[in-house]
Amino acid sequence: MSEIPISWFLTLSAILFALGVAGFLFRRNIITVFMSIELMLNAVNLSFITFSYQRQQVNGHLLAFFVMVVAAAEAAVGLAIILTVFKNRGTLNIDDIDSMKN
Amino acid sequence: MQLWLIPLLPLIGFLINGIFGRRLPKAAVNLVAVGSVVLSFGWVLKTVFGLDLNTVHTEHYFTWIQSGTVNIGCDFAVDRLTAVMLLIVTGIGSLIHIYSTGYMAHEGGYYRFFAYLNLFMFFMLVLVLGASYLLLFVGWEGVGLCSYLLIGFYFDKKFATNAGNKAFIVNRIGDFGFSLAMFWIFKTFLSLDFNTVLTHVDGKDPKDLTIIGLLLLVGAAGKSAQIPLYVWLPDAMAGPTPVSALIHAATMVTAGVYMCSRSFPIYMQAPDAMNWIAIIGIATAFMAATIGMAQNDIKKVFAYSTVSQLGYMFLGVGTGAFSAGIYHLMTHAFFKALLFLGAGSVIHALSGEQDMREMGGLRTKIPWTCYTMLCASLAIAGFPFTSGYFSKEAILGAAYHHAPWMFWVGTITACMTAFYVFRAWFMTFTGKYRGHHHPHESPPSMLGPLVILAILSLGGGFFFKIPEFLGTFFPTMEAPEELSLTLIASSAGIIGILIAYLMYVVKPGIPDSIVNGIKPIYTFVYNKWYVDELYDATVVNPLVAGSRTVLWKGVDAGLIDGSVNGVGARVSNVGGLLRMMQSGNIRSYATWVLLGSVLVIAVIVGFAGGIR
Repeated sequence: MSEIPISWFLTLSAILFALGVAGFLFRRNIITVFMSIELMLNAVNLSFITFSYQRQQVNGHLLAFFVMVVAAAEAAVGLAIILTVFKNRGTLNIDDIDSMKN
Repeated sequence: MQLWLIPLLPLIGFLINGIFGRRLPKAAVNLVAVGSVVLSFGWVLKTVFGLDLNTVHTEHYFTWIQSGTVNIGCDFAVDRLTAVMLLIVTGIGSLIHIYSTGYMAHEGGYYRFFAYLNLFMFFMLVLVLGASYLLLFVGWEGVGLCSYLLIGFYFDKKFATNAGNKAFIVNRIGDFGFSLAMFWIFKTFLSLDFNTVLTHVDGKDPKDLTIIGLLLLVGAAGKSAQIPLYVWLPDAMAGPTPVSALIHAATMVTAGVYMCSRSFPIYMQAPDAMNWIAIIGIATAFMAATIGMAQNDIKKVFAYSTVSQLGYMFLGVGTGAFSAGIYHLMTHAFFKALLFLGAGSVIHALSGEQDMREMGGLRTKIPWTCYTMLCASLAIAGFPFTSGYFSKEAILGAAYHHAPWMFWVGTITACMTAFYVFRAWFMTFTGKYRGHHHPHESPPSMLGPLVILAILSLGGGFFFKIPEFLGTFFPTMEAPEELSLTLIASSAGIIGILIAYLMYVVKPGIPDSIVNGIKPIYTFVYNKWYVDELYDATVVNPLVAGSRTVLWKGVDAGLIDGSVNGVGARVSNVGGLLRMMQSGNIRSYATWVLLGSVLVIAVIVGFAGGIR
């Protein structure tokens, strides 16, 4: 079985990240935006793992785990916030949530 | 000998009255103020009589400034000259403090007045005791400050605060000269101690000494109200009358004479500078006497008289008769303090009236004031065997040997002096009462000092033979007593008295006809030679106008305010633009984050060539 080149993994990571960015920028639903953030985090995780594999070092794995922990915590807190926002305002449209400005 | 006690006592008085005076009863304020000065006088007496004054008695307290070759200590020293000054300052000061308790009894700010007066005593004693030019300068500036505070004592009156400002600003010019003199002294002698400077005059460049002498003269002219800086002293009469007596007649204004006499070794080597002292002195004496003849405000008469008499002292110092200058300083302190205190008593009796045209006939109403002032008037007129006679003769004799024209001008001035003083006395005390107040004699606390000063004015020349006392201190001048000179000078005074008697008692219509006869001259003199107007036109107004248009409107409002406000406005503009970014829209923030990270990566990859 021939080895899959490193660049493939990295390209996949970049595509996933770009998709995350696009979703973050263009979607209005706050849940979707939130998922886009998760997508970006995981794209980065993939890069970490790839480089870690390439260099035969454990640091990348370590960082990936950190990111996962943070992402999990973020998901918990973030979803709680989103729930509260929805309860108070009855909307999930991110363009309507601008009370810090006004 | 604990010299530090002498100035410290008034300082303590100042602190107590200044800090707690508002809550203290008047009796306590009196006790502190008068007590501290009288104790100080007592300590001076003990010091002066307890010391061998043939040598300088110096006390070193601590090193004040130590930097490189500069080493200035806080030293006090007593020699014969200092002893004379100490006795005058604390003695007259005590009398005037006692007088003030009566004079100021009904005034507001009672404790404030005495606090300032005590502070003045402290600085004046530092000035006299200081053993270096710098310490003298500390006292010099301090008395200037107190003078300013006390001239502007009635701070709710515009003219009083203006007069205070004028005194302060004019004195700055003199102090500028004094500062330059100190720099030059330090450059020449590498020291500011009297002991070092005044014993190392030999062998120094006469040019340096002349410059030092002239610069010191500028300082002395400011403090001692000589031409061209005398203009502040007449205005200084806006202060309470005891202040005029103590600060602006007896003590502070004589500081310049003291300083010039103290620096006599420098002046002995700089005859040009000395000559200038004499010229300025005689010119001031003459000019101020002419102005004094035409004044109607009783305090203004004595103010110009003070300027004139200070001119005499400078004439004495400038002609080498240092001891005669100090002699006149002392007798002047007696009779001029008495004149001012007497004038204060008159003003007190008339509830604040100062215009002599509103007085007259007060002899029977306030006899004590009347006759004590007569003693002072006789003394200042140089009536034979009063105190002023001795000192004025000594000065005029020296002036004759220096330059005969100075003697003649001085003699004419003596005649004018006698005239204006007796004009004031006759206008105040003889004839019919022209005012509409109810004169009342002053309390004993005011009359006591008057009587003591009257005795001193008459007999002070006998009691205290300053030329003999200072004979070994100053170089002796060959000025033999010449009977003819004495006769001329003293008869000039008597003639002046007689003219005044003729004009204001025998035929009171004469002054008006004379005034009409010489209208232009009279107007010129009545308006004080238009010197204030001249200064206004040449110095004050251009300065004010320049400050207003260039410094205020141009530099301050235009440049400084402009740049500060401009920075603020530009920041505000830029902020207004940047504000657009803060839309509150999360997706636009995300776009900025994206653009920013793209930019950072582009920089890293594009310019730095990526990460290795």
